[in-house]
Amino acid sequence: MTLIALMGALEIGLIFALVALGVLISFRILDFPDLTADGSFPLGGAVAATLIAGGHDPWLACGVATLAGAAAGLTTAWLNVRLSILQLLASILVMIALYSINLRIMGAPNMPLIGSPTVFSPLIGDNFDIAWQVQPAMLAAVIVIAKLALDVFFASQTGLAMRATGANARMARAQGIATERMVLAGMALSNALIALAGALYVQTQGGADVSMGVGTIVVGLAAVIIGETLLPSRTLWVITLATVLGALLYRLLIALALNADFIGLQAQDLNLITALLVGFALVLPKLKAKMARKAGGTR
Amino acid sequence: MSAVSRRTLLALAVAASLSPFALAAEQKSVAVTAIVDHPALDAARKGIEDELKAAGFEPGKQLKYQFQSAQGNPATAAQIARKFVGDAPDVIVAIATPSAQAVVAATRSIPVVFTAVTDPVAAKLVPGWSASKTNVTGVSDKLALAPQIDLIGKVKPGAKRVGMVYSPGEVNSVVVAKELKAELAKRGMSLVEAPAPRTVDVAPAAKSLIGKVDAIYTTTDNNVVSTYESLVAVAQQAKLPLVAADTDSVKRGAIAALGQNYYDIGRQTGKLVVRILKGEKAGSIAPQLGEKLSLSLNPAAAQKQGITLSPALLKDAKETVK
Repeated sequence: MTLIALMGALEIGLIFALVALGVLISFRILDFPDLTADGSFPLGGAVAATLIAGGHDPWLACGVATLAGAAAGLTTAWLNVRLSILQLLASILVMIALYSINLRIMGAPNMPLIGSPTVFSPLIGDNFDIAWQVQPAMLAAVIVIAKLALDVFFASQTGLAMRATGANARMARAQGIATERMVLAGMALSNALIALAGALYVQTQGGADVSMGVGTIVVGLAAVIIGETLLPSRTLWVITLATVLGALLYRLLIALALNADFIGLQAQDLNLITALLVGFALVLPKLKAKMARKAGGTR
Repeated sequence: MSAVSRRTLLALAVAASLSPFALAAEQKSVAVTAIVDHPALDAARKGIEDELKAAGFEPGKQLKYQFQSAQGNPATAAQIARKFVGDAPDVIVAIATPSAQAVVAATRSIPVVFTAVTDPVAAKLVPGWSASKTNVTGVSDKLALAPQIDLIGKVKPGAKRVGMVYSPGEVNSVVVAKELKAELAKRGMSLVEAPAPRTVDVAPAAKSLIGKVDAIYTTTDNNVVSTYESLVAVAQQAKLPLVAADTDSVKRGAIAALGQNYYDIGRQTGKLVVRILKGEKAGSIAPQLGEKLSLSLNPAAAQKQGITLSPALLKDAKETVK
């Protein structure tokens, strides 16, 4: 694996770390199985790309994209909380609706940003050769800030109330927590992060495409689960750290799979190899624990 | 074993493991990526490989060659682009728009040749149809639509309403639908659109056209091409003639196509790759349109779809599917 390929894997991993943090909030903290991500990720991308192509400031574009994601999350939560539509179904409805909405926003299925200014371009300047170093570095800073902000938030009064809502809604209500409001706020936060990821993604990859949401939720969930398995913990800052590491590891495994041709594997085997590698990563800690127990028993 | 000899051995081992790379440095290298695997894109890739071989750059022999498919996942396409830039081959070939955009966003120095992209200018791969002066050139599969409409008229004389099933999420298809609508309107004909956002929507979308159209025209829409047989089944049931934009679909049950064979587009793309391998700059080669148009007919399919092909048409065919 070359250094550029490694940095490319990290770059995409860092972007998907934001997705994974969003998925962590919905699936784990709120206990809300949410598939909106497949729509809110391209939504963030579509909004950001359209604004940037229209000559607006890339940072502003990221901000508006984040708000758009929050609105998508709110809609899903609202369908569930107020209209009592099943969580999964509510998120599927919003997800498929967003496909059409994204097409409307962009006015076409594809919105190229090649050569347009991005949040990265002030630091890259005219020297495009350093883009592969600058982009991951800036993204790393964004992820660290997002992670720390989430840690602080989930230790605050509201954050704890949100966690209580997900852990035991009845108990939380008995304690005077407005659980419905917590679900609304948490889902907005979750999808805001995912849409921000989409906005950053289009600025690193040359444009938005309406198909770019395919499999977002799968990657986010995989990252959360890899993180949980490799670094099991009940402490929140460790959990968020594990989630970020999980997202990075997932991309590194794909990079490894892309380089698997030396053992006679071909392009068409990519998804299979990725699945096997992720499966292996998940089983490894358990195997190790088992072997440690066995070794302990014979002594 | 003494420390010295161990070190010598280590040095030898390192030298041995490095030597393939030393050889590789003199060898030209080409890296090819496609967004997804389907017959048209695969044919384009085969064309590229054959052209390289014909020019004395046989993949795996004189040429270091690798192919990666993103298997439909855009994030993987982006990651493949980074991997290729890291490998720094002499030419990167990107098949279809999403892969081409990912590669062009990842490098401004390595020559990039796109192929099977309908509108490279709208996709911002190149600034215009003249030589780009950047690191990008390629072959577009854009078709002039007038001959296509003529063909529909020859297959089904008097056809007024043309149906088109396509994915509203695919930029190539949307461009064609828009232009086809305008072109048909000029001749007093009309286009009936049937959007199919997913592969499973293709057959129901086609069924929705029954009774509303005289013929169905298909482009190389990824959703449609992936499940062409389901469209053929509907066409046979409703006796609606199916006219395609690509010759590969004729083998799968369309009556006729005046198309670019994606294999030929691949060969044309391969020629560009060879020119760059031989020292030309990508930026000094203007992006091209597919040169070869060939008529392909499927008389058996015509019969099943209630059409008798005229002898004149049969005589024009470059290829007749038995």
